[in-house]
Amino acid sequence: MASYKPVVIPVVPKLGEKITQDTLYWRGFKTPVQIKEFGSINKIDFSPVSPYNYAVTASSRIHIYGRYSQEPIKTFSRFRDAAYCATYRDDGKLLVAGSEEGSIRLFDISGRAPLRQFDGHTKAVHVVGFLSDKYRVFSGGDDYSSRLWDIPSATEIVSYSEHSDYVRCGCASKLNGDVFITGSYDHTVKIFDTRTKRSVMTIEHGHPVESVLLFPSGGLLVSAGGRYVKVWDVLKGGQLLVSLKNHHKTVTCLCLNSSGQRLLSGSLDRHVKIYSTASYKVVHSFNYATSILSLALSPEDETIIVGMTNGVLNVKHRKPEESKEKSQKKRQPAYRTYVKGRNYMPKQEDFFVSKPGRCILRKYDKLLKSFQSSKALDAVLEPHIRLYTPEVTVAVMRELNRRGTLRSALAGRDEKQISLLLTFVTRRVIEPRFTPVLITVADMITDIYQPVVGQSALVDKQFLRLQEAIGREIDYQEELLEVLGMMDALFATLTEKRATFLEENKTNGLTKTLDRDMSI
Amino acid sequence: MVAPAALRVVRCGGSALHGARAVFSLAGGRRAPSDPAGPSRPSSLCRFLLCASGDFVKMYSVATEELVRLLRGHSDLVTGVQLAPHNHLQLYSCSLDGTIKLWDFTDGILIKTFTIGYKLLALYALPTSEDSVFVIIPKRGERDTFQLASVKLTKAAGQDTEAKEVSVVLEGVDVSPKCTAFGRECEYVASVKGTNLQVYFFKRKQLNRFSLRAKTAKGGNNVFTCVACHPQEDCIATGHADGKIRLWRNFNHKKEYTYSTLHWHHDRVMDLAFSAEGTSLLSGGVESVLVQWHSGSDCKKDFLPRLGSAIEYVSISSDSTFCCTSHTDNRITIINSNLRFSKTIQGLIKAREVKTGLVVDPRTKALVLNGEPGHLQFYCLQTDRQLYSLDIVQQEYIHQAGLNQSDLVRVAFSAQGKWLATVEERKETDLELQLKLWFFDEKTQSFKLNTRISMPHEDRITAMCFRDTDELEDDSLMLVTAGRDCVFKVWVILEDTDPEAQQSLSWSCDFVGSYHNYQATNCCFSEDGSLLAVSFGETVTVWDSSTWDLKCTFCHPPGKIRNICFGRLTCSKYLIGATDHGFLCCWNLLSCALEWSAHLNIIVLQPDPLSEHIAAVSWLLKESSLFVFKPSEPRPICIQRKLCKEKIQFAAFVPRDVPETIGSEKYLWLRRSQLFFLTDRQELMTVSTKPLEERLTLSSKQLAVEESLPVTAFSLLLGKHRHQQSQGSVDFGKVIHHHHEQDSPAVKELLHTPAHVLPSASFLCPIFINSLLISKENKSAEEVPDEVEMESEEAEDDSDEENNVTETKQEDTVPIESLGETTYKLSKSEEKELRKIRKVDYSWISVF
Repeated sequence: MASYKPVVIPVVPKLGEKITQDTLYWRGFKTPVQIKEFGSINKIDFSPVSPYNYAVTASSRIHIYGRYSQEPIKTFSRFRDAAYCATYRDDGKLLVAGSEEGSIRLFDISGRAPLRQFDGHTKAVHVVGFLSDKYRVFSGGDDYSSRLWDIPSATEIVSYSEHSDYVRCGCASKLNGDVFITGSYDHTVKIFDTRTKRSVMTIEHGHPVESVLLFPSGGLLVSAGGRYVKVWDVLKGGQLLVSLKNHHKTVTCLCLNSSGQRLLSGSLDRHVKIYSTASYKVVHSFNYATSILSLALSPEDETIIVGMTNGVLNVKHRKPEESKEKSQKKRQPAYRTYVKGRNYMPKQEDFFVSKPGRCILRKYDKLLKSFQSSKALDAVLEPHIRLYTPEVTVAVMRELNRRGTLRSALAGRDEKQISLLLTFVTRRVIEPRFTPVLITVADMITDIYQPVVGQSALVDKQFLRLQEAIGREIDYQEELLEVLGMMDALFATLTEKRATFLEENKTNGLTKTLDRDMSI
Repeated sequence: MVAPAALRVVRCGGSALHGARAVFSLAGGRRAPSDPAGPSRPSSLCRFLLCASGDFVKMYSVATEELVRLLRGHSDLVTGVQLAPHNHLQLYSCSLDGTIKLWDFTDGILIKTFTIGYKLLALYALPTSEDSVFVIIPKRGERDTFQLASVKLTKAAGQDTEAKEVSVVLEGVDVSPKCTAFGRECEYVASVKGTNLQVYFFKRKQLNRFSLRAKTAKGGNNVFTCVACHPQEDCIATGHADGKIRLWRNFNHKKEYTYSTLHWHHDRVMDLAFSAEGTSLLSGGVESVLVQWHSGSDCKKDFLPRLGSAIEYVSISSDSTFCCTSHTDNRITIINSNLRFSKTIQGLIKAREVKTGLVVDPRTKALVLNGEPGHLQFYCLQTDRQLYSLDIVQQEYIHQAGLNQSDLVRVAFSAQGKWLATVEERKETDLELQLKLWFFDEKTQSFKLNTRISMPHEDRITAMCFRDTDELEDDSLMLVTAGRDCVFKVWVILEDTDPEAQQSLSWSCDFVGSYHNYQATNCCFSEDGSLLAVSFGETVTVWDSSTWDLKCTFCHPPGKIRNICFGRLTCSKYLIGATDHGFLCCWNLLSCALEWSAHLNIIVLQPDPLSEHIAAVSWLLKESSLFVFKPSEPRPICIQRKLCKEKIQFAAFVPRDVPETIGSEKYLWLRRSQLFFLTDRQELMTVSTKPLEERLTLSSKQLAVEESLPVTAFSLLLGKHRHQQSQGSVDFGKVIHHHHEQDSPAVKELLHTPAHVLPSASFLCPIFINSLLISKENKSAEEVPDEVEMESEEAEDDSDEENNVTETKQEDTVPIESLGETTYKLSKSEEKELRKIRKVDYSWISVF
């Protein structure tokens, strides 16, 4: 024999963004902290060792911030002009930075004055970095050259002048202490081996290269330039693996997350896009206030820091994990209450009386089960249901309508309740998924409470608002119909050219949009 | 017996079970007569439920809900079933054919037939009057007036007697058996009709009439619907059309009567029943809730809700351990005394309206159609049982008159039965439509909802079909729905590549086609799935199912297309259509021309999935006729006129498990599948060439099941003991002889026939003594096999396996012992002689 069937709450597929694991993960950051710097921020670099301080290069200063500090812990300001690309060494003890005047300076984190200064570039040096053997530094400058420096002796080891335009980005291989890569405005990315005199590989990006990145495995190279992010297979001799065009302005910075599963790109179009490195599809994206110049992600993805052209540093910290202490505080029943009677083995002569499984009904279901329609409607007009799950409210209204008791459930209410009902109807009647039911409800309410119109200012106001909302919706629908008419005309002209094939498409497309209109 | 192979129409699926109140047999009733030493089993196991069903009385086991016996003999609808008051193993049944029959229901023997000569509409057998029963009969000369009469049943010997002593007790009673009831110790009879209650006291010969106003001040409807009398006190309960129950007391005074009112039902009270001690009153109505009112306090009542459909009758066993409710949808629910649902007995459930048509589930070969409201029933034709009922609408059904509820209107299965598509609709001010697609889950062996599409069409869906390709590729699967909103839509499976999604498959619309803004009425795929035919008004359009190009159109003006189907196998180049102007047309798809047409008002067109035959049912002059034809030739293979008087709504070919052997070439189309059809009164019928007897044996074989079911420790013990005995009998030839004597038919008959039907002992004695004598050779050989055959019928009914075993033994042993050998030898020698003669003859001819 059948038991009571609860009201079916229709699930409508959500339009727009789908909620995936990624969106949940990347949404798990607190509201950003904004720090104002003096000029546009060209580089943010995290210290690879705990406590993961980060160096921000802006204008003529390098600021070092602690993880949660709003004020710099330390400042290096021995630059006459702009400083560029302050980068930590692997052990987090040394910091190297280029400068507008062409000199490269090496700082000790604990000290203040530069330990070494490498002079040789004739123009500004926009990119510097340590090789993974820790004792050499590579650099690229606006004089089209890429150079390699020895730290102990502060001398130039080798200079490559293969690029034909400014060298603006570069990175070193983490696996091989001799390999580094530079990207240039001459649309190429070059891979250098310090043991050879010339570059070992040249990759044509097709746009001025703004940023390069090597995967931890060293096999894949990512270059950004123009609106494109391109991924190259280095081991296959620089074959293009995939080209991503998800930004609509120049991509300025690239970054990998700590697991290497996600690639982040920041762009002048104010977006940071996150790609899956398995499918190279955008899995999430962030919006920022102004154009993005630099981007960094702390180890364990704890913090995302974005530097922007207007000198604002945007810092987002991850929300702490939901602590489970709360539930632990609540005293649980003792273990023996759980096992009570459960470990009894029935003897052979015992009759086993099975306990019927209890199904838990929601409050409105219980009331509907006992045919208390007015109370059931009250139950779903509670604020938490009305506001957060309006589909439940509407489903119960539909059920009451099906049972033929909606009218009596709506009748006999006081001013406050009518006003509440009308507010709900006014707000939701324009949602296509609720429209059919709520129009019936609105009809019934006006029918029932017509005689008392004019007695309460509150209710009258709500009625006017309802009228207004419906009027607006009608206007909107008319506009839509006009657009449809125009599209019909357009399709009609198209079908003249290719009569048979497109006719079908037309009906197909149109009815589909109409369907959506009706059913969503 | 193959020669007279005439096509006969056979009812199947059982008739309505709610013809009359069902009756419980008494507890501890003597159990299967086949085991005389048999133990008396726990009382609940021995219980039977007897109910009228069409022309038969059906006997069900309460414990197993199995059909145990079918009492057939009446030639018209059975209207009343009552246990004989003085012998609880006997049963009276009355029928519209004017007879009362007395049965021994444990053995299924018809004891007596009393011919009354009136149409009998209800039967009441009372414990106080031994030889007379009360019946409701129509009044001579007046239509729609009925009277309660008592009939004296003569004790004359002989099977058929006429009972002509009919004396009228009450005039102007209601035709329904619910409207008359007999009171405590049969002192009075109460009968209601309209707004009048009349009580007649037998001893005082006094008739009291009470009447109510038709309408109360509050708008209640006071019309009586049923009446029941308290078994111990002077109290009458009456049910009313507005849901009230009134308890009348003190009604032996004309003026000072009192009544109290109980009110819970919101609609007509359908039936009332007092428990045996009168401590509680059961009432049932349209709400399908059984209400138990306790007599002590007025307000205390218990409910058993959601019984499925409106309650027609309520009856209680004489010791109140069980009660049962008969429902309007052809179902009986057995309920324990503590108002716990126990069992249901159900055959083909009668929906209010069958809209889905007859569909065959390819997986179980079950017939699928509307069942309970919002459910789909899977009905097994072989066992005459409902396999299961699938809840499609998944909404609480409110049993209330005048409500628009969602109803199932279309059903389609994919070729392998893997997908099921259903359409439900609810029409109020605007139409609510839902298309649901169900996937068969192998693990749980049931259908699981996969996709729900609300408002797939703007208007009603008129037809729906899957592309029936037998390949197992899923991507070739598509569903077409045709709607009154002038389009047909093609739905295909979409695979969601996202691994985190809940389900990977879902359905979505692929193509929308229309033709000159005509309403799409039918759709049908060709056998290979390459062509789709959709009928729009008067026109049939044929579409290529891969590119969705319109290939060609056919029409046969001025009639609108009613049915279309493609030919199969060798006839796959033909398209058949029936128009509502009475034409059956066959178009050739290769030449795009009309091949032939016939002037027939076809209402049902059904192709056989396993052959090229197509069955068409026409409706002309209030008679349905069946035509079976091949599309390739305009001459029908088989014509069966006057199939039945009712309009046939739907038909379906159900594949047979084993191809049947059919003698006549005319009926070869019945070889591989069987044709079922449903009339507009929801009678399921089939056509068969087999004579009646063969079919009936099938149903009687079912009885064997019942016996083997209840196993108690004692029966196990006994069974073991017997098993050993029979084992022993195999080993020692001497014992066989002994057994043979024991089981001689006369002795068996003596032992197994119920004592109350046996003739007097003096008559039986010589037979018994004779049977104990050691028989001489010839006699036993001649007679025994003959009688064994008779016996075996009974044995089958009683279905005691041990007995069967010994009996076969007997048959084996008899010819060997006795005269068998001599005749055998004779025939052999004769044969030899004959052979010799033949040889000579043949050689002689060949030489010549």
